[in-house]
Amino acid sequence: MAPRIVLVTGVSRFLGGHLAARLAANPEIERVLGVDTVPPSRDLRRRMGRTEFVRADIRNPLIAKIILRAGVDTVVHTSVTASPAGPRSATKEMNVIGTMQLLAACQKSPQVSKFIVKSTAAVYGASSRDPAMFTENMGPKDLPSSGYAKDAVEVEGYVRGFARRRPDVAVSTLRFANVVGPRIDTLLTRYFALPVVPTVLGYDARVQLLHSEDALAVLERATLNHLPGVYNVGGDGVLMLSQAIRRAGRVPLPVPAMAVQPVGRLFRSARLVDLSPEQVRFLNFGRVVDNTRLKTEFGFTPRWTTRQAFDDYVHGRALRPLVGPEHITAMERGILDAVTRIR
Amino acid sequence: MTEAQIIPLRPRHGQHRTTTPIDSAPAPEERDDWEQQLADLLAFLRRRATGDYEVDEFGFDRELTENLFLPPLRPLYQKWFRVETIGIHNVPSEGGALVVANHSGTLPLDALMTALALHDEHPSGRHLRMLGADLVFRLPLIGTLARKAGHTLACNPDAERLLSSGELVGVWPEGFKGIGKPFRDRYKLQRFGRGGFVSAALRTGVPIVPCSIVGAEEIYPMIGDIKPLARLLGFPYFPVTPFFPLFGLLGAVPLPSKWYIEFGEPVSTADYEPGAADDPMLVFNLTDQVRETIQQTLYRLLTQRRNTFLG
Repeated sequence: MAPRIVLVTGVSRFLGGHLAARLAANPEIERVLGVDTVPPSRDLRRRMGRTEFVRADIRNPLIAKIILRAGVDTVVHTSVTASPAGPRSATKEMNVIGTMQLLAACQKSPQVSKFIVKSTAAVYGASSRDPAMFTENMGPKDLPSSGYAKDAVEVEGYVRGFARRRPDVAVSTLRFANVVGPRIDTLLTRYFALPVVPTVLGYDARVQLLHSEDALAVLERATLNHLPGVYNVGGDGVLMLSQAIRRAGRVPLPVPAMAVQPVGRLFRSARLVDLSPEQVRFLNFGRVVDNTRLKTEFGFTPRWTTRQAFDDYVHGRALRPLVGPEHITAMERGILDAVTRIR
Repeated sequence: MTEAQIIPLRPRHGQHRTTTPIDSAPAPEERDDWEQQLADLLAFLRRRATGDYEVDEFGFDRELTENLFLPPLRPLYQKWFRVETIGIHNVPSEGGALVVANHSGTLPLDALMTALALHDEHPSGRHLRMLGADLVFRLPLIGTLARKAGHTLACNPDAERLLSSGELVGVWPEGFKGIGKPFRDRYKLQRFGRGGFVSAALRTGVPIVPCSIVGAEEIYPMIGDIKPLARLLGFPYFPVTPFFPLFGLLGAVPLPSKWYIEFGEPVSTADYEPGAADDPMLVFNLTDQVRETIQQTLYRLLTQRRNTFLG
């Protein structure tokens, strides 16, 4: 069943805004409503075209009125976020309480027939006892005890409850791997843009990435088609953290595990990047999800592999390497020439 | 054997060395060979520095393993333990297979030697992907190196994923009970876990290759175990050998016992019904069968061995 009236939350952020833009460009959709607490940037607003922006807080019961009155039949919830503008407690409230209110509003409205939530692979946690790849029916080995991952676990819990109470609504839960792209701003894109990248000494994580274009395509496909269920969304293949740092031409700074907390605070107070304990665990062990179900049941194969997505991010951001690959190649050739000459 | 040996970074095929000519200057081929090796080394360093290499989902870095991890083990394998492999043809050349072996020797050198044996002596140079204890992956540095060498946590999802993608998987089901047993219990197989490896093989229909290792028991004869120290460090045991910790790091040099690694007749699991992995009786029976095969082979190899160090 094709959607007629779509509501997108988190529309002032990259994924929500660009999804709204894509949906607005689709003539089969009657109305696209975009909700967020802050207005989108001018550039984003221009892209979004005929999207109607509603400045509202999804924590406010007002959202129920909007959904009911506009006759929204499809809700895309993209506002659960890891990279907040404000303090942590506000983010948590926005993520968890916001989702509860939104679900309560959807439950009240009989027209709603589809609910799509952008979740994260962080719900699987990150630990040394993890299997190499997580499938959708595996749980975390260590339940995330704080931070974004815990928010996401709670959000998914409420979404499951909603799906039980409204079995007529098709609920799609999309667990995204870390999203990178030339324009999107996430924890990880800021992390790799640092000239000196802090890592934990003695650990090297396996990192799986998702290109922002693939992320948008998955959200769009879930909105336009009837695809209920839980899906891992991540690119094929992995990069080692050290390998990614080298590909971006950055310099790794291995920090002993004991010094990680102070260094993390330093980076945080300098407003460079937020190295929360949860983030550090991810940098230790990494996480890879199995995207077989995405390919077979959801019917989508990511166009960018992890490696291609990362390279596109590096080129798109014009990250200038400290020591460029052309220098290294030149050095290699120089040594070989010198050897030939000596002989 | 030349004076300075440069470790080749990539095996080169079809390269023939001509006999050295009468005059003292090195032959052009030899000079080119040396330069080629330098070029290979530089190319390797460039690939590493720019991150231009592949790892699989498990973090296995083939290039690093072949060029950096395996070469230092070779002298140990060839000169120190003088490992002799028997029945390597029992390991299939392609497709998934599960190598099940006895575990001993305080430090898992037996696992490393088995992996090197399969890589160097098997005609298709197979990489053994081992299933390790969670302690290995909890440790900094060691856990990371183990992942890069292609090993992963001993759990059924990982084992089945590796086996169904056609990898050769190694498992030491005795675990710490085997590797950390006192010297007086040498060559007595311990309990084989819960038979998880058999159910993984049954689910994926791959053969089980029993592997018996003789010689590893004597490298560090464990005559004592300082339990409080082990508990303090979070290790399953803290070994005392006649030389360690008495002589410090010098005592950590393994004794040069003569090793035999025998790969037995593969046990086929393809003919069982689909639900066979959920039949505990069948799993127990197969586990016992594999265990018994290894134990009998150990006894046979031991009776044939005349001297621990000379073989």
